Amino acid sequence: MKISLEHLTKKFPNRNRKEGGFVTAVNDFDFVIPDGKLVGLLGPSGCGKSTMLNMICGLEKPTSGRIYFGEDDVTDLPPENRGVGMVFQSYALYPHLTVRQNIMFPLENLKGKDKLTKAEMEEKVLEAARLVQIERLMERRPSEMSGGQQQRVAIARALVKKPKVLLLDEPLSNLDARLRLQTREEIRRIQRETQITTVFVTHDQEEAMSISDMIVVMEAGVLQQIGKPQEVYDDPVNLFVAKFLGTPAINVFEGEIRNGMLCIGDEAVLKTNLREDRRVWTGIRPEGFILQEDGPFSCEMIRMEVMGRDTSVVCRHPLCEAETVRAIVPTESKVDDDAERVRFALKPFKVELFDWDTRKRIRFETEE
Amino acid sequence: MSENNRKAWLYLLPAILFLGVFMVYPLLDVLVYSLEEGYNFASQTYRGVGLFNFSYVLHDPYFMQAVKNTFILVIFTVPVSTGLALLIALGLNSIPRLKDFFQTVFFLPYVTNTLAVGLVFMILFKKTPYSDGFVNLLIEMLGGQPVDFIEGPYWAKMTVMSFYTIWIVLPFKILILTSALASVDQNLYKAAKVDGTSPFRIFRKITLPMISPMIFYLVITGFIGAFKAYSDVVAIFGTNLNAAGMNTIVGYVYDMLYGDSGGYPSYASAAALILFAIVLTITCINLLVSRKKVYHA
Ligand SMILES: Nc1ncnc2c1ncn2[C@@H]1O[C@H](COP(=O)(O)OP(=O)(O)OP(=O)(O)O)[C@@H](O)[C@H]1O
Ligand SMILES: [Mg+2]
Repeated sequence: MKISLEHLTKKFPNRNRKEGGFVTAVNDFDFVIPDGKLVGLLGPSGCGKSTMLNMICGLEKPTSGRIYFGEDDVTDLPPENRGVGMVFQSYALYPHLTVRQNIMFPLENLKGKDKLTKAEMEEKVLEAARLVQIERLMERRPSEMSGGQQQRVAIARALVKKPKVLLLDEPLSNLDARLRLQTREEIRRIQRETQITTVFVTHDQEEAMSISDMIVVMEAGVLQQIGKPQEVYDDPVNLFVAKFLGTPAINVFEGEIRNGMLCIGDEAVLKTNLREDRRVWTGIRPEGFILQEDGPFSCEMIRMEVMGRDTSVVCRHPLCEAETVRAIVPTESKVDDDAERVRFALKPFKVELFDWDTRKRIRFETEE
Repeated sequence: MSENNRKAWLYLLPAILFLGVFMVYPLLDVLVYSLEEGYNFASQTYRGVGLFNFSYVLHDPYFMQAVKNTFILVIFTVPVSTGLALLIALGLNSIPRLKDFFQTVFFLPYVTNTLAVGLVFMILFKKTPYSDGFVNLLIEMLGGQPVDFIEGPYWAKMTVMSFYTIWIVLPFKILILTSALASVDQNLYKAAKVDGTSPFRIFRKITLPMISPMIFYLVITGFIGAFKAYSDVVAIFGTNLNAAGMNTIVGYVYDMLYGDSGGYPSYASAAALILFAIVLTITCINLLVSRKKVYHA
């Protein structure tokens, strides 16, 4: 089921009159989620992700804008008529019911012509339980299960009615690191098997990048960028998206275009086709540095960190926005730990420039 | 005995001593009194040991009247007051704006002295040379016959008594239930809504089980409290409860000790033990029922 959002806006009333009497949680959202895809909705805390999801599912009414499932306008439909399944951050399992009763709960609500017999219900419950591999825990209570198992029950409960759309609100944030990895693969597998259009909310960019077909980056209620994870990473439209994606994060410097050269401080680091002299934010991905004795860019060396495959060179630069600059280089490369300064050449396609005021991306070509 | 165990007993000692002196000893004393036949208060002597006191009390029409009154009070007021409190709490929960205000209003009777409240009820219900009482005025306005609620027929007096008892326990129950309702995880309601659960089913399948421990607590303490009713009755019907036919078991015990016809600690003790047995039985039944019905986190 394709989901289309048209100029979706949500304002909450606010007690604080000074701020205008309302908070805009989601601002003029406009995009289409293709059928059968897993979409990661990504953004920092408080940017309106949950509000967005609640509007898609029908728990919140949008202030303005429309929501379409396929060709149907569902904006005014209550949740139960939309055919959505939802998994909450805290799972929201009914603590007094067993796993079986929890999964069966949505089925027991069906009325009229949709009403199921006991046997049909049992069958559907078992089917959902098998999908998430909890069929051996059916008689347990939520409190008698691990976080990961509870998570699966919540997914099974969301899937048992065969929804057209599955919505997950930070489903992994209560799990430990290892279980997170495992469970996100699990979610990916279930989504592939069922082919249900899925929206997955997270503030963890790595999580979103690793399992999504498409990511939607938002900040302060405003859509920033949509695209395949790698595309968005390689080609961010603005400084926010560039900084939000990638671990370690992109290194941002105050830079300047002078006579077509990108300069950071006094060092001319890259030749560009930009003719106009201007100040720019310069983002350099950690993997964009090449150790080179006569490289054009120099930093003050702090330390080396060897992490398996790669080596991190941690250094300092006065024009860097952050305390430290982090460069990732192959382990084989020779670095002199004791040197005071370290010199780099830059991979041009790992260098991104942004307008000083609007922070929008400035595209450029390198000229060697 | 391990070091830890010894320490534990040491820490418990003050509490055990205190409870022993002020609770266990008097209880045993009551038991002893109840078994002493023909006890003479003045000479502090008794004829023999046996169950005569119990037999006397159980054959005393005043006691049987008191048991009847108490049971009617318990059976009627506990479910009604709990149900009513639940309704009001649900209502309060659905009007977030004025919730605090109404909560305060509903709590007022709780912080008001029993006797003062009794006075208010007298004004509402009592017939005097000057007025028929507020309630009777209402009844007359609706075209009914005025009733003497304080000195009139039994059912009228029982109505006033039940009304009063319900009213006096309501605030506490509302307070407990509103906080119980507020502590239910709101996400459960969201989940239920997404699944298209009807409001009635949400109440029966989610709200009720989630607050069942509190309801259970209120029922048990309500039963026990109603069985021990006394001061409330005095507040409305005065101290001569036997004459009014409105005595309760605790009132009977009091009368046997200190009343006009008092001075019979043995009968009082026997009656007290009978009350104890009744309350114990009811509480055990409650516990058994709760094991099946109440959700424990
Ligand atoms: N019911 C509400 N009333 C008023 N303001 C609200 C309400 N719900 C959310 N907001 C505000 O809307 C904004 C977006 O909230 P939302 O819960 O959607 O953020 P989020 O992206 O899900 O954050 P997180 O990652 O922390 O869950 C926040 O500024 C929040 O304070
Ligand atoms: Mg959220």
